[in-house]
Amino acid sequence: MVTDLNSAIWNTLAAFLTFCIFSFLYKDNPFYKIAEHIVVGVSAGYFAVLLYWDGLVPKLWDPIVKQGKWYYLIPGLLGVMMLTRFSKRLSWISRFSISFYMGIATGVAVPLYIQNYVIRQLSSTMLPVHFKNPTGFFNLLIVIGVLCALIYFFFSKEHKGAMGSAAKVGIWTLMIGFGAGFGLTVMGRVSLLIDRVIFLKNYFTSIFGHIL
Amino acid sequence: MRRPPFFKFFYLFFSSALLFSFYSLAQAQEPSSPAWFDKNRVNVLLVLVLFFAFVLYFINRAQKGKSLFVRRIPGLDAIEEAVGRATEMGKPILYISGIEDMDNLQTVASMIILGNVAEMVAAYEVPLLVPVCQPFVVTVAEESVKQGYAKAGKPEAYNPNNVRFLTSEQFAYASGVNGIMLREKPAANFMFGSFYAESLLMAETGLSTGAIQVAGTANIHQLPFFVVACDFTLIGEELFAASAYLSKEPKLLGSLKGSDLAKLLIMIILILGVILETTGVTKFTSWFFVQ
Repeated sequence: MVTDLNSAIWNTLAAFLTFCIFSFLYKDNPFYKIAEHIVVGVSAGYFAVLLYWDGLVPKLWDPIVKQGKWYYLIPGLLGVMMLTRFSKRLSWISRFSISFYMGIATGVAVPLYIQNYVIRQLSSTMLPVHFKNPTGFFNLLIVIGVLCALIYFFFSKEHKGAMGSAAKVGIWTLMIGFGAGFGLTVMGRVSLLIDRVIFLKNYFTSIFGHIL
Repeated sequence: MRRPPFFKFFYLFFSSALLFSFYSLAQAQEPSSPAWFDKNRVNVLLVLVLFFAFVLYFINRAQKGKSLFVRRIPGLDAIEEAVGRATEMGKPILYISGIEDMDNLQTVASMIILGNVAEMVAAYEVPLLVPVCQPFVVTVAEESVKQGYAKAGKPEAYNPNNVRFLTSEQFAYASGVNGIMLREKPAANFMFGSFYAESLLMAETGLSTGAIQVAGTANIHQLPFFVVACDFTLIGEELFAASAYLSKEPKLLGSLKGSDLAKLLIMIILILGVILETTGVTKFTSWFFVQ
């Protein structure tokens, strides 16, 4: 890992910043503040540069200047209109850009949501239920769980009586699912920690190896 | 009576959404054979038209003054309690709208809730801090907060410096929010929107500061973390229902009732589909298959 002075400096910085962030586990302190401000500032600067070279240049400048696609001026103009937000007198102009962007974003998102979260889910949940084998029984559990969960999210009626009982089954189904998801996600987070600990171990091993 | 600018904004947005949804459906196709209409997505179009019809019907009913019942959602009552608590303690309120851009429906819902929270907060004259992850969301958040303060009759109390862009990088944003929580020590944290791995980082830090926390997201993998670290959690669709519940606006209530009717229809179709599948009839369920 540490092979020369250059890698020693950068890996030392990485290890130092890792410990600065870990120090937060104790309490807020100047080391955590340093690391926090560095990461916020560097990432904001990095994304600004990335936006310029991966967004503005290939998607606006090159199509207009190099490819002669003059109609790209229209979205360019919408982008410029957004900058009028800095003026109290002209900030109303930015509403057109906002509404256009939100309209398009919602227009793309809504059919996708209907397709993926409604129709595909509906299609997958219409399962044959029977007691001939365990699959049929588990299908029944899935169907009951889905129906009760849908009843839980029904807002037009109070959860009382039979509906209340079904909603309770629904929330239990959801919580069991959340518990499984929690365990799975925590395993993923532990793997991130393992990666960081391995980095620190390799760093100290190579540093002490060079010193000794 | 002259309609406020917000309604014109809403009509422009809604009509653009409707127009573009049909356009995008027409564009959902195999790249090798461009066509104006993809017949494989007819089922999606029909469901979409039906859903819009339900929503428009109930919006129309709501606008005519018919009362539409919405059951109590416990997490939302906690919002007003949290605002009151922050006023008593003289501490600010922190509102986090997730890390996604405005193309995510959860962020759209979060902005509507932010407007309602801003209206409550303006009435109590409590500072409202809104750190934002995406640049475009900053503009919408500013607009929402400004509208909220204006509705409460206190436009001069709006402080644009309280709505601030941090960074677009996920964990850098979480780090920045944690710093704000520890230094500003808000009395209440509201986290509504789309969250990923940073959810527990922020919720745990907020818990350690003793703030009352209300969170809501439709990201299933993050809900367990909010459930354990927050006082109240809005699960999935409750996030979208929150805007209607808080504002009691006819359009939003109508949308909620329309989605409830759609849910009822889904339940009926599901039961019918299961019965038919069990009896060996698969033609019905094959209509819902999307390529």
